[in-house]
Amino acid sequence: MFSYCADPSTLDTFRWLTCYLTTGVHMSFYKSFLLVLALLAVTAPVALSFGFLGAMSARSPMKPVSWLGKGYIAIVRGVPDIAFFLFFVIALDQSFELIKHNIVCPDWTDPIRQGNDFLVCPQAKVPLGTSPEYVHQLYGFLLAVITFAIVFGAFAANVLYGGMQAVPRAQLETAEAYGMTRRQTFWRVLVPQMWVYALPGLSNLWMVLIKATPLLFLLGIEDIVYWARELGGTKTSKFSAYPHPDWRMWYFLFLLIFYLSFTKVSEVVLERVMRRLNKGQATSGGEAMRKEASA
Amino acid sequence: MKTCAQTVSDYAFRAIGYGERLLPRSDFTICEQFTLIGSGMIWNIYFGVIALCTGFFFAVALAVGKSSERWIYRRPSELFIFLFRGSPLFIQFFFAYFFFLSLKKNYAFFDPLTAAWLGAVIVLFLNTAAYSAEIFYGALRSIPKGDTEAADAYGLTGWSRFRRIIFPTMMRLAWPAYTNEAIFLFHATALVFFSAFPARGQKGDALYYASYFADKTFNPFVPYPILAFYFILLTLVVIGIFGVVNRQLNRHLPQAAVPKLRVRPNLIR
Repeated sequence: MFSYCADPSTLDTFRWLTCYLTTGVHMSFYKSFLLVLALLAVTAPVALSFGFLGAMSARSPMKPVSWLGKGYIAIVRGVPDIAFFLFFVIALDQSFELIKHNIVCPDWTDPIRQGNDFLVCPQAKVPLGTSPEYVHQLYGFLLAVITFAIVFGAFAANVLYGGMQAVPRAQLETAEAYGMTRRQTFWRVLVPQMWVYALPGLSNLWMVLIKATPLLFLLGIEDIVYWARELGGTKTSKFSAYPHPDWRMWYFLFLLIFYLSFTKVSEVVLERVMRRLNKGQATSGGEAMRKEASA
Repeated sequence: MKTCAQTVSDYAFRAIGYGERLLPRSDFTICEQFTLIGSGMIWNIYFGVIALCTGFFFAVALAVGKSSERWIYRRPSELFIFLFRGSPLFIQFFFAYFFFLSLKKNYAFFDPLTAAWLGAVIVLFLNTAAYSAEIFYGALRSIPKGDTEAADAYGLTGWSRFRRIIFPTMMRLAWPAYTNEAIFLFHATALVFFSAFPARGQKGDALYYASYFADKTFNPFVPYPILAFYFILLTLVVIGIFGVVNRQLNRHLPQAAVPKLRVRPNLIR
């Protein structure tokens, strides 16, 4: 990157470090941080809408729909989330291929599960074997987003369901007294009011989501954990212009610091949002603010 | 073709190194998958139980430290809790493993730390201590004022005040949340062999074997539901045991006032 980097072995420590930290592979490492942020930015709204649908169906007066919603919420209990991550990546991939297979080659007669193999016709591969590398990466990322959204959607559904239950009953009764239909009551009265009750749970969920991002590594994506392991490993002068011993400990220390500062910043921001939402609300948080103001 | 009883006797303790050395390689039966994944659960239970039993005491100390008025106790406790609650357990495992590895390079004495049975337990111990400490700290702050005033009125101070009044009330208040923490600690044990800690001689936990089968058969629809079955069973056992303790803690109260244990799923690390 810098002009003096041509022969790293002659440099003093500081310059050596500046060269070392700006090599091409390190740039990929820094880019993978953006990947984590992108995952968070995409997953959070998708998971929230999954959660909203789950909570809505859990409240449904129709029994089967409500069972579906409650079952979705309950299924994530009791089982480690990491098992879901490992499961969904293969399961989603296979179901996509199976659906495409049924559409693209309906005349295919061979069984799809042959012993230990899962074989669909070549045209039905997702993505196609001939597609360029970035399509494969994008597909992997898409699978990761869906998996995260399914798992965190269930958590969000639980929180939003609680928030909906917490809205005072009298508010809904008033809406009914005004002659609103069920749908109108839901959208005009319940939904605007539930957020303040759901926010503590949702901010907790956001923290949890941040801390779940390293699991991307398990989904086979070249994320920060992958690069930290790659870059930190021992490099000999034969293969690298920047030989160094095993530095993986330091790389992971850096990741720890990254996550700690990320959660700290989120905590401060969410605290602000909470104060803003609590303003003038008939909750204990709002009451505390009123006391503060009058004191 | 082996019978199922034969498989069970071969693989029931495979995860801790007894029985048949070679894992099945092809034509996997349901029985093999059930047995091996169940055998892996030994590790999950081991990690969870040891970390819970040791972490409990440290957590109480941390909670008391965090609520102390002297900054020399409060600051370190706060920092410790923040460090372990603010970062992903997955990264903690990685960092700890490579840290232990570099220790081992300098002093051979630290060799056992790089094995999962000790190294991972230490990380889980510290992690659960931080999470439980936050729970206990919350409980400590919501102890009714009347209780402590009564203790003062009886002239109780120091250790006996803590042991007779503060600690039992704190436990009672914290117990439902602590049950939750225990459940999620058991779930977190599944991460051990998927972070840095190597499963030497293919002696791994339940998830390790489940993903082994899923990789070999390319069919996730059998091993993962089996794993889910075992974990749900484990969760029910944990709820059962903690429920007994909860009843014991609240046995002097009118039974209508005893808080019910509720499992809330919003805790991953």
